[in-house]
Amino acid sequence: MQLLNLYNCLPTYLVIGALLFAFGVYGMVARRTVIGMLISSEFILAAASTNFMAFNRFLAPDPVVGQIFTLFIMAIAAAEAAIAISIMIAVYRNYKTIETDDLVDLQG
Amino acid sequence: MQALVCQPAAAPALFSAEGVVGIIFLLTVALVVTGALIAVNAQRLVRAVSGLAICFTGLAGVYYFLLSPFLAMMQLLIYVGAVSILIAFGIMMATPEEQQTAGMQHRSILAGPLAFSVGALIFAALTVLGLKTQWQVFPRQGTFDIKAVGMSLLTTHSLVFELISIVLLLAIIGALVLAQRGRN
Repeated sequence: MQLLNLYNCLPTYLVIGALLFAFGVYGMVARRTVIGMLISSEFILAAASTNFMAFNRFLAPDPVVGQIFTLFIMAIAAAEAAIAISIMIAVYRNYKTIETDDLVDLQG
Repeated sequence: MQALVCQPAAAPALFSAEGVVGIIFLLTVALVVTGALIAVNAQRLVRAVSGLAICFTGLAGVYYFLLSPFLAMMQLLIYVGAVSILIAFGIMMATPEEQQTAGMQHRSILAGPLAFSVGALIFAALTVLGLKTQWQVFPRQGTFDIKAVGMSLLTTHSLVFELISIVLLLAIIGALVLAQRGRN
């Protein structure tokens, strides 16, 4: 039963990564609040780390490098989330909204 | 299908230990997809954050299947434990009560199908690319264990390690300064 051997195959993980990336892009386009777009960006980063981990498991000669790269992606994502949330709180104090349709002061 | 890289290539029987592992992997992938669907499509932002936590819990399982229990634990700690909670706090602090929906109602009619087609196109292209490429396997030289990761962090990758700590420190200070501005 080939379905049960999927966890030993590289393309499975590549498809998972592609799916997460597509979800992230879809959310970035479809969402109309800044927090929704932040959630989608986390999916894009998770897709990148999944790909790194997959290539690390199946192809790389030294399986440490991919793990360390994924660790750095996680640290960057945590910092990015903290900064983005604080920017949103500052924006909310000034505009009383976080909908992207209303934040159009520079649109002229 | 010569392009598929499977190690080992033989499929296990359903009622063996490997078969049960395969079933658990399918459940994990189902958790990832369900969580991602909830996170992207939910009307209320709190539900979207719950979907994010569900998806990242499943992704920790996927990392475990990729032979890295350390990264699975880090995924649970950083994403499920910290980032999701942080976004939940952001929703509580920065969204008025009547506006906690994701704002999908009053958008143009074209936005939904357009976003869906963009996502589907990217997914199809990446999937075809992943399945068709002839991946080349290199002979394995190191090991997966956490000791090798720690040694590498302090020797080969020590500069990046220091840089990432500076980035995190700056992020903490920057978040404090940004969130404090405009408070009366």
